[in-house]
Amino acid sequence: MPKDHGIGAAQTRREDVRFLTGQGNYTDDINLKGQAYVHFLRSDVAHGKIAKLDTSAAAAMPGVVRIFTSADFEGVGGLPCGWQVTDKHGEPMQEPAHPIIASGKVRHVGEIVAAVVAESLPQARDAAEAIELDIEELPPVVDMKAALEAGSAKVHDDLTSNLCYDWGFVEENKGAVEEAFGKAAHVTTLELVNNRLIANPMEPRVAVGDYTRHSDESTLYTTSQNPHVIRLLMGAFVLGIPEHKLRVVAPDVGGGFGTKIFHYAEEAFCTFAAKACNRAVKWTSTRSEAFMSDAHGRDHVTTIQLALDENNNFTALRTDTLANMGAYLSTFAPSVPTWLHGTLMAGNYKTPLIYVNVKAVFTNTVPVDAYRGAGRPEATYQLERVIDKAARELGVDPIALRRQNFVTEFPYATPVAVEYDTGDYHGTMDALERMADFAGFEARRKESEAKGKLRGLGVNCYIEACGIAPSNLVGQLGARAGLYESATVRVNATGGLVVMTGSHSHGQGHETTFPQVIAEMIGIDESMVEIVHGDTSKVPMGMGTYGSRSLAVGGSAMVRAAEKIINKTKKIAAHLMEASEADIELKDGAFSVAGTDKSVAWGDVCLAAYVPHNYPLEDIEPGLEETAFYDPSNFTYPSGAYACEVEVDPETGKVTIERFAAADDFGNVVNPMIVEGQVHGGIAQGVGQALLEGCVYDENGQLLSASYMDYAMPRADDLPFYSVDHSSATPCTHNPLGVKGCGEAGAIGSPPSVVNAVVDALQSAGKNVTHIDMPLTPARVWAAMQ
Amino acid sequence: MKMSGSILIDADRETVWAALLDAEVLKQCVPGCQEMEGSPEEGFQATVVQKVGPVKATFKGAVTLSDMDAPNSLTLSGEGKGGAAGFAKGGADVRLEDEEGGTRLHYDVEAKVGGKLAQLGSRIIDGFAKKMADQFFESFQTAVAGPAAPEEGAEDGAEVADADADGNPKEKRGWFKRLVSSDEKQG
Repeated sequence: MPKDHGIGAAQTRREDVRFLTGQGNYTDDINLKGQAYVHFLRSDVAHGKIAKLDTSAAAAMPGVVRIFTSADFEGVGGLPCGWQVTDKHGEPMQEPAHPIIASGKVRHVGEIVAAVVAESLPQARDAAEAIELDIEELPPVVDMKAALEAGSAKVHDDLTSNLCYDWGFVEENKGAVEEAFGKAAHVTTLELVNNRLIANPMEPRVAVGDYTRHSDESTLYTTSQNPHVIRLLMGAFVLGIPEHKLRVVAPDVGGGFGTKIFHYAEEAFCTFAAKACNRAVKWTSTRSEAFMSDAHGRDHVTTIQLALDENNNFTALRTDTLANMGAYLSTFAPSVPTWLHGTLMAGNYKTPLIYVNVKAVFTNTVPVDAYRGAGRPEATYQLERVIDKAARELGVDPIALRRQNFVTEFPYATPVAVEYDTGDYHGTMDALERMADFAGFEARRKESEAKGKLRGLGVNCYIEACGIAPSNLVGQLGARAGLYESATVRVNATGGLVVMTGSHSHGQGHETTFPQVIAEMIGIDESMVEIVHGDTSKVPMGMGTYGSRSLAVGGSAMVRAAEKIINKTKKIAAHLMEASEADIELKDGAFSVAGTDKSVAWGDVCLAAYVPHNYPLEDIEPGLEETAFYDPSNFTYPSGAYACEVEVDPETGKVTIERFAAADDFGNVVNPMIVEGQVHGGIAQGVGQALLEGCVYDENGQLLSASYMDYAMPRADDLPFYSVDHSSATPCTHNPLGVKGCGEAGAIGSPPSVVNAVVDALQSAGKNVTHIDMPLTPARVWAAMQ
Repeated sequence: MKMSGSILIDADRETVWAALLDAEVLKQCVPGCQEMEGSPEEGFQATVVQKVGPVKATFKGAVTLSDMDAPNSLTLSGEGKGGAAGFAKGGADVRLEDEEGGTRLHYDVEAKVGGKLAQLGSRIIDGFAKKMADQFFESFQTAVAGPAAPEEGAEDGAEVADADADGNPKEKRGWFKRLVSSDEKQG
């Protein structure tokens, strides 16, 4: 019988009560007394020199409080980049200044040129229209290949070129990889594009800056996945506000998908302007602004080559990738195409030699950074597409080719610097085969043919590195911060608990799952546990939520803090029962002495900690609150196998997804319902990338896909009912919960199987189509068939 | 966005040329034009109200004429700023040729849009630009030579048409052609 409490229970989400009844408290719901509104005047050209910027007429418009330009930010730091990549020659990446308001030049459509603070938003907008702005256009840098050619216009005049870095990984392996390719019995080559995406969380970004003059304290309410990181970056590197004078609050956040990790100009602006104007300043992004100011995702152009021996064993892999950085380095941008991508190129396979080259390129486009999966979808897509192509070239079963090359012994040290602690790739593939009914595929294909449709089946595996990240390791790789997590567990005198976690929930359901863990540990009901997150004044420290790290890292910190609490309560219980601490057992919310009928309830021990009339005062302090920092010793490595069946209409090229099966290994699962929800959502985004979503710039650097008229998001009727399974689980060996993380898997694992399926469908009709770049729109599929 | 085409205008080359340089004609012909001032030498200042898909805006802009080879060819270039709606800029190379039945006007237009116009209107901008060009030249034809005649009647003899309601002969020639014809010049 399934559990209804504790770890493993499919409890409904307690936060949904407020979300579903309109009681959520999102940043835009925060309205402070006397707040002013800011409207940003943004560049509508991609690259140009600001020849004239006259705000005098606008400043005289009704309701205008103040107009800010770059001149107001002289002496203020720019937006910092949190990760420094070292290139293959040992040189640091080129790192341009990233101003809050464009200074001298504009470098992408959407860049802030001026900010109008006014009594009302319409007044701010009207005044912005009265700003006289003249931008002399410069040649736009849009295409990555052209950007690297000699003589290309430069996005940043003070850099030597548009190349951010030329990264080789592992550079020492390059020679051996070349040699292996020379000896290969077969080499499969594939050129592909990982399409640029726009995250589109349901809630657009919002920032409200506030300032209290008498105490010189600044507060920022913002739609962030990591309020402490924003406090650190903005306080220390941008505005120079000490952390004890700066509070950052990220209340309910309606989806992030990575794009709300980063520190944005608008956040720094509202905090700065609130102090400058001595009143609260609010900005709510319009959807149009979101398209041209939220960091974009993906945008890689890759050539991948796989070498196989005469027995179809993978012998070597090499890739050449151009990765778009956009106009500036967003907070974690340099890490995405490198350490979050190159280290995953081994996939589920024991390929002994791998060389990854990545050239990161500046262009006159919106900055590109992490988006659900961040580097790992790009790695998975290349690898699983080239394996599929190799299977077709060699005439072997794509599943058999994968199985033949699976890593089967753990721990496994890959040639790309990571060590998989555990996994069972045959196990997840077996689970997939059970679910997906491959045996019935030919019959289903005939049914489709009878309707005039082509049916295709695509399969892929994936592995990801989650639970980001071991601090000393990422420090060596260029991260400018540690990536531990912290938690404070406070037990009240009557036994209820409050967990203050540095993880941030923006849809993940922490308020439900974290109490399940505590409830399991102590043996109490989940209703006795409250989760506090998202406020730097309430939570001591936190690195936030991204990289599927909440439970694996933040949850582990909470477990460590709860263990300290349990150890202390056992001491108190031993004192109360006049027993040895070693004999105390905690079960079902009561302490007992082993081998006796002596027992004291959880609540009584907690009360004793705060009313220490009978208390071991000479041994331990009163009170019951513990903090723990948890730094993982390794990444976690969720993995899985996915299968997609599509129908293609040969008349129109329209692809419909008929069946989708996902077998995942997430290690231990705390709440299977939430895990399945994460997989469903991830697949929806992966299918969105594969079939629908594509960010388009024209040759002038104008963003053409800047509304839902032109940027197609997946809708319910684009998606089938999924079959999902996470029963083939190998618990993580190095965190206390044995969990691996599930937030990004669906988005990482699904695009290749969709494309593999479409290629399969077209080839079944005798079409010589080996690849189509995403998104597989009807026009592209139809064109490929002609 | 690029667009080329030609139109046969029922007027001689000098008349067409003069019309191209006339602010009042341009104002009549540019769809949505509210104001047009200036001269061929100093350029024209224009205010145009237009709606491109969901974006409606007032564009203020300047048009300059260059490479003028009277009465054969010229280049028009202009830029209109629509505030929050973005901008449109472009140029047209115009060439005039004598042809049976009047003057053939050839045009090669190159235009680009930016800001919200590009973001929201890119899918429809080509069709929009084509429509604008069609409207412009239709109005230009009307202004210079009168409404386009039916296919069969496109001869000189058709110029004098029926009497209008006041019993005056209905002049089929465009107002500009009447204006520039010395014998009909009004005081």
